[in-house]
Amino acid sequence: MIDSLLRDLIPQVLTALVRRYGDFGKCEDAVQEALLAAAVQWPKDGVPDNPKAWLITTASRRRIEMWRSEAARIRREETVAALEPPSFELVPQQDDTLTLLLLCCHPALSRPSQVALTLRAVGGLTTAEIARAYLVPEPTIGQRISRAKQKLRGAEFALPPQDQLPERVAAVLQVLYLVFTEGHTASSGSAVNRVELTAEAIRLARQLHALLPADGEVAGLLALMLLTDARRPARTGPDGIPVPLAEQNRSRWDASAIAEGSALIEHALTTTPVGPYQLQAAIAAVHDEAPTADDTDWPQILLLYDLLQQLAPGPMVDLNRLVALARVEGPAVALAELDATEHLDHYRADVVRAHLLELSGDPRGAHDCYVRAAQRTLSLPEREYFEARALRVMSEKPR
Amino acid sequence: MKYLVLIYGNPASRAAWAGMSDEQKAEGLRAYQRFHEELERTGERIVSERLAAPELTKQVHVRADGVSTTDGPFAEIKEQLAGFYLLECDSEARALEIAARIPEAPFATIEVRPVMGLTGDVDFEL
Repeated sequence: MIDSLLRDLIPQVLTALVRRYGDFGKCEDAVQEALLAAAVQWPKDGVPDNPKAWLITTASRRRIEMWRSEAARIRREETVAALEPPSFELVPQQDDTLTLLLLCCHPALSRPSQVALTLRAVGGLTTAEIARAYLVPEPTIGQRISRAKQKLRGAEFALPPQDQLPERVAAVLQVLYLVFTEGHTASSGSAVNRVELTAEAIRLARQLHALLPADGEVAGLLALMLLTDARRPARTGPDGIPVPLAEQNRSRWDASAIAEGSALIEHALTTTPVGPYQLQAAIAAVHDEAPTADDTDWPQILLLYDLLQQLAPGPMVDLNRLVALARVEGPAVALAELDATEHLDHYRADVVRAHLLELSGDPRGAHDCYVRAAQRTLSLPEREYFEARALRVMSEKPR
Repeated sequence: MKYLVLIYGNPASRAAWAGMSDEQKAEGLRAYQRFHEELERTGERIVSERLAAPELTKQVHVRADGVSTTDGPFAEIKEQLAGFYLLECDSEARALEIAARIPEAPFATIEVRPVMGLTGDVDFEL
């Protein structure tokens, strides 16, 4: 009985420890020792009221003793961890997690500081892991976090008043979305041992959704992440070159993530007020549910973009909407609209124009726009991709 | 985001430095030290270096007939790279703000250039 209880708890205890201290190997050793201690003490003294907390506390103490014995290699943040003897509060109450998320995304902090602090305090990543994930030196992240903590020194650890809550939750959503996008758009292999930012963002979004199940935008964001991440296995070809949505091998998409994301968004759309994350998730769902690219329900996607333009207008929404418009009414109509929108002097507009010219049978024009986009982007993977598209459009037979 | 800040000296700025008293030069270096300490505290300086005198420049020419090197920059080039900073900042505005506070900025030409990143959205719905 105790044996099976212990077995069930191992992954949870280990996860809690690795999140808190990093270094899987050492945490694993510490958890093993805690299990041994439990196997000896529990049959004698009875099973504790909260066995998981008991194991986490015991394993944490063991882990800290290991550090004390490796004093030579103690890093600053580990020293701090060692100075705070762990208590049963290592397993936070639900409200604490929400309070902590809201605090990390406090309006007094810059966006990059909010991101770093959220990953560190709620995600449990080390400063080194965050620095690796964002390809910046560790001191940069360390400073970002310590400055953020200084700024929050006076802030109360409590839920904000009800009237501020929607705005504060919106900030958390934006931070989680940023973390997800960073992970999603990183060129594969751009950093060794990169923490999986997409997985981390999804994990945090799941927590937030569990805390606020009736919030449609939280559900929408989680659905958007699941429906986008589902395509990941098909997003890059064997040569590491990105594969555009229309050409992806859909059998490689993650069907269970699509099912979960679709169910989430359907439920949110029918039970809560609509919002931008829900609309983006709905668009992703329409793409994911099409068996082939040609079966995509473009009129539905166009309708969703029209709504999104009302709710959350912006240049990227305008551009994506034009791609859908070209599928519904033809590239000439979309090109005419693109010409009529003046605020779109952005390399992304060059890419959309290239795509529309490609569709309308003007490979030379498309080539020139892809080249121009490649020259203007600040992203290396994008530049390589646009250059590849420019070459391809000139060598292709019209489709 | 990372930004490269390039500092270009010119004959006037080089003459100004050469004409300073030892004490003025020492104060100039102290100003840099204070500047760097602050950037160290904010975690925004990844690396910065001051380049040796322009006349120590070597040019490398790789041509069909082989590799050769020549001394020095061309005399007609008035503006010479004198140093650089690689910054990690929250925004371009912040990078420009830091660049404007480089001690020799009043005498030099300062350029701020964004560095290419390794993330990019190539998978939008085309």
